[in-house]
Amino acid sequence: MPSVKIPKKSTFVDMTPFVDVAFLILTFFIMATKFKPEEPVEIKTPNSVSTRELPESDAIQVTFDSTGRVFFGVLSQKDSEKYDVIKHINETRSLGLSEAEMKNFVRTPSIGVPFSGLKQLLAVPQEDQKNFKQPGIPLDTLGGELLYWIRDAVGTFTGKKLQYLIKGDNNAKYPAFKQVLTAFKKNEIFKFQMITMLEDAPAGSELGIMRNREKAAGH
Amino acid sequence: MASIDDSGGGGGHKKGPGVKKAKKLSTAVDMTPMVDLGFLLITFFIFTTTMSSPTTMQLFMPKDTKDEDLNKAKESGALTVLLGKDNVVYVYRGQLLPDASNFHTTTFKGIRDTIIQMKKDVINAHVHDAGCTKIQEEAKVGNPNVKPPILPDPNWQKACLDKDLVIVIKPDEDATYKNTIDILDEMAISAIKRYAMVDLFPVEKDLIKKTSGGN
Repeated sequence: MPSVKIPKKSTFVDMTPFVDVAFLILTFFIMATKFKPEEPVEIKTPNSVSTRELPESDAIQVTFDSTGRVFFGVLSQKDSEKYDVIKHINETRSLGLSEAEMKNFVRTPSIGVPFSGLKQLLAVPQEDQKNFKQPGIPLDTLGGELLYWIRDAVGTFTGKKLQYLIKGDNNAKYPAFKQVLTAFKKNEIFKFQMITMLEDAPAGSELGIMRNREKAAGH
Repeated sequence: MASIDDSGGGGGHKKGPGVKKAKKLSTAVDMTPMVDLGFLLITFFIFTTTMSSPTTMQLFMPKDTKDEDLNKAKESGALTVLLGKDNVVYVYRGQLLPDASNFHTTTFKGIRDTIIQMKKDVINAHVHDAGCTKIQEEAKVGNPNVKPPILPDPNWQKACLDKDLVIVIKPDEDATYKNTIDILDEMAISAIKRYAMVDLFPVEKDLIKKTSGGN
């Protein structure tokens, strides 16, 4: 019986286009990735239709989580500015921080302890701070300690246009937000920016129509 | 593909006897480890990347002064929105009636229609005055100096029709931060120019308690 001879084919597949695409995707993700600084708490912010971009420096950020713990942070490109803030606070609140502890503050993204516990927190290296239980900055209806944090930070940045960011968790209660606002208001600050995630304006709403018009005008 | 073909073109050469022809080596490289590594990195970056970048929403609060600025709002153009527990919204127009007959319960879905209806009613009841001309002028020109710039409004004649509309937002103690942001967002969505965030009156607190308890 003459059998049909199947010609042997090489199983070698040319992977070059595959590799090309893979590395293209890799490049895209490397470019698109932006590492965010590690925060002591995870916050899920609400969505809004607002399109304003988040400032990266010259800003004070107050964060509150779902249980009402409040954290304070300074956003600045220059380490010296952050150092000046802690130095100022150290003097006004007479905390007795050492040079090394103040240097550690510069690398700390946010603080969530009362003034009495600040020395303890800053004694811990930045990498290990996430294991340090932070009870949050004490707040009350009059502003609490947050009031002094804001006042001293503003005092350090005099002459600069400072922005005030508020980052809150979806499930945080309104009174926590109100207390944060009070602390700002006591410092004569009335203009805030709340950090949110972008969502589209609903189609057919006035804002949606306005946005479409702006898009058509090339903005 | 990745190998260089050099079999042709060399026919004219005559090598002498004893000259050994160099053994041809394949230039094809095994790319499997590279692909492995590539995909490992892709997976890593996909997981770490956060695609949507955060934005910010602006809020202006008034100074805590004792003058009764809020009462200057025309009663016909005032809408009070109360935020309660479990994403429930309460709303009433103008003054709260003693028998609370204008006090309604709604949701975040329903509040948009309420606001749009209110806006329509205010526009229909609009009476032109001197202050209106100024608002119209501003809308006609726009403002390129602010960020984001305000474009000249093609419908500038309509710009001041809703100037009497004021929405008063009163979040209860049980309202969440998300509720507060959502209602402020509704102001942006429906293009409400005047709104204020204030505390509840005791009467309203009682009403919310009564309404939510009855359900």
